[in-house]
Amino acid sequence: MPGPRPRATLAQVTATAHDLDAVLAQAAAWRAEGLGVALATVVRTWGSSPRPAGSKLAVNQRGEFVGSVSGGCIEGAVITEALEVMAGGAPRVLAFGVSDATAWEVGLACGGKVEIFVEAVA
Amino acid sequence: MRAALLAELRAARAAGRPVVLATWLDGSDQRLCTPADAPAALTAAVADALRTDQATVHDAPTPVLLEPHNPPLRLIIVGAVHVAEPLAQIAAVAGFAITIVDPRRAFATAARFPGRALVTAWPDDALAALAPDARTAVVTLTHDPKLDDPALIAALATPAFYVGCLGSTKTHAARRTRLGEGGVAAAALDRLHGPVGLRIGARTPAEIAVSILGEIVATLRGAA
Repeated sequence: MPGPRPRATLAQVTATAHDLDAVLAQAAAWRAEGLGVALATVVRTWGSSPRPAGSKLAVNQRGEFVGSVSGGCIEGAVITEALEVMAGGAPRVLAFGVSDATAWEVGLACGGKVEIFVEAVA
Repeated sequence: MRAALLAELRAARAAGRPVVLATWLDGSDQRLCTPADAPAALTAAVADALRTDQATVHDAPTPVLLEPHNPPLRLIIVGAVHVAEPLAQIAAVAGFAITIVDPRRAFATAARFPGRALVTAWPDDALAALAPDARTAVVTLTHDPKLDDPALIAALATPAFYVGCLGSTKTHAARRTRLGEGGVAAAALDRLHGPVGLRIGARTPAEIAVSILGEIVATLRGAA
């Protein structure tokens, strides 16, 4: 038989944080430190693609990043563009796919296509 | 993104307030919106993004990325029984934040459920504190009407998108009668999934968990 009725406490009902919250929190923290910060977001995907639309990566001016926009194969190229955007470049949409020779060089080997929006946090 | 907008977005997520981040991909504009305050041309697309929980691009007249930021999916499992742990495991992998409720302290122990959020309050009190929303599923597994019934009565009074109860067809009929006599409206009873789970011939606890999560996902995605 159950005993007396204990009450639920706030600590018991706290949900776990989502990956995306960690990315957004890190972007805000870097910005608060005065670092240049950019966000990269998956806009659209076609075919096989490891990260769905809305997935985000935050990167600072030192090239440190959290989060992901692919299985790791295009992060390098995205970070290079992100550094340019945070240095004053316009926000931009990057396209990667097997039909794109440059993208193939950076290794989107899964056979899909993906568009990434890159913007500074200003 | 302006730092102020980033702060607004984080605040909305922390408060569990559903919003859509709309980003004009030509860089001309970016803002948070809901179906109530979105530009007229985007109202339907903003509502769709929140409902499906999928980011989309609305192309006309210029491409706008619509990213839904919904509160996290939650699964409240009432009954720290043998099916609870495999269900918690596969549901966690599917993106649900898990809470296991059982006032029987011999059942709801950290040793049996390492790392799980355990609530040892009575189920109706626990559900009042957990406040299920439209992104929450509630499943009762105890087989004990003293525990299941108060949980189901409380859950059916919330916007939880899924309420299910483990039990046979026969016990489910008895349950419906009991809950109806207890004042639960017929329309609310029709929301109750029982016997719980998709019919996949599940036998083991893990297979039963797959069947339950399958039904939860089918309900969430409008395929049930």
